[in-house]
Amino acid sequence: MLVPGVEFPHFCVQCEDYPCVEACPIEALSIDSKTGAVLVHKEKCTGCGQCVEACPGRVPHIHPKENFILICDLCDGDPQCVKVCQEGGWNVLKIVPRKNYAYKLYSRTPEEITRDLAVKLYGEMGKKFL
Amino acid sequence: MIFGYAGKFLEVDLSTEKIKEIKVRDNVLKEYVGGRGLATKILWDRLGSKWETVDPLGPENITLFLTGPLTGFFPGGRICVSGKSPQSNGVVGSTVAGEFGIELKCAGYDGIIVTGEAEKPVFLFIKDSDVEIRDATHAWGKDAKQTVTLLTRECRELLKKRFPRYGEWREPSILHIGPAGENKVRTAVVTAKWTHAAGYGGYGAVMGSKRLKAIAVKGTGPLPEVADMEKIKQLIQKVCEDVYENELWRRWGTGSAGYEVGAKTSSEPVRNWQEEWHDEKSYGVDKFENRVWVKPYWGDFGCPTTCLKIAMVKTGKFKGAITDNPDYELQAYLGTNLGIFAPEENVFLASLIDDLGLCGIQTGNVLGFAAELFQRGILTKGDLDDLEPEWGNAEAFAALARKIALREGVGNLLAEGTYRAALKIREMKDVDVLQYAVQSKGIGLGAHGIRSGKDYPINISYACSVQGGDHTSIACLPLNDFRSELVMTFNDSAVYCYFNIFGIPRKLKFEFYKTVTGLELTQKEWCNTKALRILQLQRAMLILGGPDLKWNPRVHDDNPPRFYEPLPSGPYKGKTVYKPRFGKDKKRYYEAVGWDENGIPESEILKKLGLKDVDAALEKLR
Repeated sequence: MLVPGVEFPHFCVQCEDYPCVEACPIEALSIDSKTGAVLVHKEKCTGCGQCVEACPGRVPHIHPKENFILICDLCDGDPQCVKVCQEGGWNVLKIVPRKNYAYKLYSRTPEEITRDLAVKLYGEMGKKFL
Repeated sequence: MIFGYAGKFLEVDLSTEKIKEIKVRDNVLKEYVGGRGLATKILWDRLGSKWETVDPLGPENITLFLTGPLTGFFPGGRICVSGKSPQSNGVVGSTVAGEFGIELKCAGYDGIIVTGEAEKPVFLFIKDSDVEIRDATHAWGKDAKQTVTLLTRECRELLKKRFPRYGEWREPSILHIGPAGENKVRTAVVTAKWTHAAGYGGYGAVMGSKRLKAIAVKGTGPLPEVADMEKIKQLIQKVCEDVYENELWRRWGTGSAGYEVGAKTSSEPVRNWQEEWHDEKSYGVDKFENRVWVKPYWGDFGCPTTCLKIAMVKTGKFKGAITDNPDYELQAYLGTNLGIFAPEENVFLASLIDDLGLCGIQTGNVLGFAAELFQRGILTKGDLDDLEPEWGNAEAFAALARKIALREGVGNLLAEGTYRAALKIREMKDVDVLQYAVQSKGIGLGAHGIRSGKDYPINISYACSVQGGDHTSIACLPLNDFRSELVMTFNDSAVYCYFNIFGIPRKLKFEFYKTVTGLELTQKEWCNTKALRILQLQRAMLILGGPDLKWNPRVHDDNPPRFYEPLPSGPYKGKTVYKPRFGKDKKRYYEAVGWDENGIPESEILKKLGLKDVDAALEKLR
């Protein structure tokens, strides 16, 4: 939360060209053949952070205690975040079939999202809060 | 009488102010269905014998506003505007979304036929069977938003006075033209509401030449009877369910294509088609969604797709500009084609174009053409009234668009559309500027390039189409391909929104037709006889031409020269249309639709389709 009141979820958007997988120097990342999500090989990963740099939205983050990267694996096709959102009745998150869209447009850094959202919420004033 | 039709048409002669109701024979309706099909038939019957001499902007031209049998039943109502096109001198069936078609049917008419020319500005007000020609001098010269406000207010007062006990009326549906149409700009549109436009064909100029500012219609009756009421309810439900599945249109409309068609398929016009690839993330749909869309789901009456989004610029220089979407075509032609990659500037230009009553595609095309001539030094600052339309300079383009709409200075030249302007500039400057004009038969191409081969049109799509550069009606092989204009003609003839057929089975629309009208129709029958007949009529009228321009199929059935240049950038760099291959495909297409090697419909097929008079008229071209 960079601006008061402007909160948002910050998720992996499942880019169609996998910049994180391409950036990995030791092939610790692979693509799930079923869901198309990125899988992390925990033992191989050295926590170098190259995938974080490569991600257009700076989504992956390093495990707070151990030395490996955390990337959304879509919970093996049954995302738990969607489940709780639906159970709670918010219905903000839902499962959509993968299609040939430019998903990577939605991969954005928290700063970018904050800026847009603040302007959307507060209009021209929003820029002052940044 | 066939089910699904109201059964009568309204004919208005503006010269003599005579209004009458006419009927069209059942077998004509059966063969030509309505909308675009019926328009070609009516135009051929009335003007066919003197087609070459009819000036599209003269009093002898006819403007048609036609519904079809499925209007009001199939989700997504439209109205088809037609006549002799001032752009191509042929017939274009231009459809526009909105409630107009439904209101008209409820008022008891299947269509309006407007002939003649009024002495002073008028508008038509239709309340069921009360039809009157009213003075519109006060609305003349007003932009779209002012016109709609003025006329809605006037109609409301009229209705209140006549029906004091009715209560508050829902606003009548209005089709109108802006300043561009009044000044007979060839790229002018007929607008519904603020922003929906029947663009291709330039029928705004035809309405302007008749001094018909607007048509307002209010119908209180029911829709015509259908053959099977129970089944139609089920079918509507089925179409809606299928459409709801289509997340792409519902969430983004065609707005996502502004980035994707450029970045992924390399077929978006960039700087007057000099390139077809861009990777500008600033033009992604998320930027539109977050920064300018204030109402993400919005649709006209009965539409499940809701591909419209209301966009408003909230901050910055262009604050307050409001329009719909902009959809992909406008994102491309008033954005990337002019070197603009910022959503705010795009919304500003789209809003201005709507207000002036200009066509976003055609005007974007001619603006891009002028900007390229400026870039190459062919048109100088002096020629352009001290404007400098450099790529990306939204304000200069806006000023140029205003000049076009009012036909001031250089605007008078550009108001003739890309092809005619190119001919004039060629004469003026003695440079072959036609190589920079990206158009087909006088109609600027839709924003789907063919060079990368990854988008839906194919190499002959625009060259052989009977509606020129129209991207919603493209020539395609085989003839029953889902993209082919023979198949697509059904949407424009039965008159419903073609965005509601994505993702629904192809048989369903014919089943729908059968349920409404009670007449059997299969896709095979449609493509082989009825659509083919409409196509031959349109083709005949296109090549017969008009007084100012005639098309020679041997020369003009060709892609614009730009499409033979290799793509200069992007993943498909170097790809282009291979000319010998194009020649071969064109020949195959000619054979398939029954045209001889010169592109003229053959006697044999015309006789088979029962178009003997067309055959006789074409004899002199053979």
